[in-house]
Amino acid sequence: MEINKDLVAASATPLVLAILSEGDSYGYAIIKRVGELSNGELAWTDGMLYPILHRLERNGFVKAVWGESEAGRRRKYYQLTKAGAEHLERQRRQWHLVDNALRGTGAPRPHEDRAKEEDSHGG
Amino acid sequence: MSGEAALEQRIGEWRTFFGKRQAVQSADIAELEDHLRSSIDALRAAGLDEDEAFLVAVKRLGNLDSVSREFAREYTERMWKRLVVEPAAGEASPTSQRDAKLAVGLAIGAAVAMKVPELFGMRINEDSNPVTQHFYAHNIPFLILPFLALFFAIKRSLSARAWLLLSIPFVLGAILTNALPFVMNGNTEALTIIHIPIALWFAIAVAYTGGQWRNLDQRMNYVRFSGEWFIYLVLTALGGGALIAFTFFIFEAIGIKAEPVVERFIGPCGVAGAIIIAAWLVEFKQNVIENMAPVLTMLFTPLFTLLLLVFIGTMIATGNAISVQREVLIGFDLLLVLVLCLLLYSISARDSNAAPGKFDKLRLVLVLAALVVDVLALWAIIARISEFGWSPNKTAALGVNILLLVNLGWSAVLYVRILTRKAPFVVLERWQTTYLPAFAAWAWIVVAIFPLIFKFQ
Repeated sequence: MEINKDLVAASATPLVLAILSEGDSYGYAIIKRVGELSNGELAWTDGMLYPILHRLERNGFVKAVWGESEAGRRRKYYQLTKAGAEHLERQRRQWHLVDNALRGTGAPRPHEDRAKEEDSHGG
Repeated sequence: MSGEAALEQRIGEWRTFFGKRQAVQSADIAELEDHLRSSIDALRAAGLDEDEAFLVAVKRLGNLDSVSREFAREYTERMWKRLVVEPAAGEASPTSQRDAKLAVGLAIGAAVAMKVPELFGMRINEDSNPVTQHFYAHNIPFLILPFLALFFAIKRSLSARAWLLLSIPFVLGAILTNALPFVMNGNTEALTIIHIPIALWFAIAVAYTGGQWRNLDQRMNYVRFSGEWFIYLVLTALGGGALIAFTFFIFEAIGIKAEPVVERFIGPCGVAGAIIIAAWLVEFKQNVIENMAPVLTMLFTPLFTLLLLVFIGTMIATGNAISVQREVLIGFDLLLVLVLCLLLYSISARDSNAAPGKFDKLRLVLVLAALVVDVLALWAIIARISEFGWSPNKTAALGVNILLLVNLGWSAVLYVRILTRKAPFVVLERWQTTYLPAFAAWAWIVVAIFPLIFKFQ
């Protein structure tokens, strides 16, 4: 299923924070984990992850440390901060709320949903 | 080439290509390179060869333009200040730190050197005796400029030969200016004092070019450096002016006169230090910020062209000739040197492969107008010499005018050939850089030969 671009962008921040809440990680591993969690449906352009990580760092939601990979390369590891964990909690509640609201309208049949989305793109 | 080596080479090319973007810094590139390599390793483990793995990994990383656009959005400040003296985290470069230490050390050295003569009782103030005044007038360049030469000599790791070549003008100049029996406050003495810094400036080119002063491209680099250095010095001087003004102001407020400290320390030591620091700043930022001299050149070329044309028109309309006084002659020489600089700096920033355009035509008009003014000034000088005989000032002015006449005259010829597409632009660049030693030679003639010819008058 193709996921709307805006939705991908909006979900990127909570997703990255959620993955980091599982433990410290680095860019490539985060991308891989996103693929696993979404069964390969959520495909990001790899390079776009880094500006997001840097923004999170600037806002104090993650902390970055230069370390070394198993192969001895310089690698930047990211760690969730307390502020980051709180931000993640807020985001989770918001997504939950939106999800609940959507469910409340009754479950539409999948193909109907698809047709509507194509309509809204102007065919 | 083995697959591994080819892969390394392609990753290297990718790194260079990505690194050209302004919003991306070396730490970001290192981070993305780690990603690229991880991605390649995984793909190769899955059975792809080096080539395929590289292509797929780069594709997944995304379009470099859009990635760097995202970086630019995240780091708007990077589009502005790329000249931070503190290196950003994770990209401390040992050379830039070494340069900084060297520059600060030498700036302090120059500042201290300015005060050394005081140990021997040579104080600068209103009632200092003529011997002291004489000493400072002759020796200030020798107190400061050796440190500037040292900066480049150390930075470029000069060969023994180049060190020797560099030190000769300094030693020779110092001996000449101090040992020759000048008649106090005579014309030859004044000319020597004016020309010593110019002569030494050309000598510093040996250090700046790392001993390759014969190389024409290196000479052009020195021209670029000189223009930027001057601009940085002016900017630093503005800051220094503010510092001095506030020094007066805040000490005045508590009833203490700051004049003695400013005159004896902040002023002279500040100038000495600024000369070195400005050079270091130019070196430090040369890859980072667009050169200012060509930008100013672009702005002022049309204005100076207009000025010269209106001036020539006025002279024709009124029939007034140029009066021959020392200040007027110096003024006209400076004007022509400025025209030459306008030409030189526009050449320095021009892409030599670009086709001739509107600005080239404008520059030809500027050169022609300057030639007319030069001829008028020359004519006035020669008329004066034939009436009153040769004097040091008029001879010096005559020499500079002839030097400029030859330079501008041939530049005009070359420009016509360039505009009619008979010659590539490079010929003009080569002409200018080839000609530079003529100015250096003239400065040294005025310093070394003039006093002898005119019997130290």
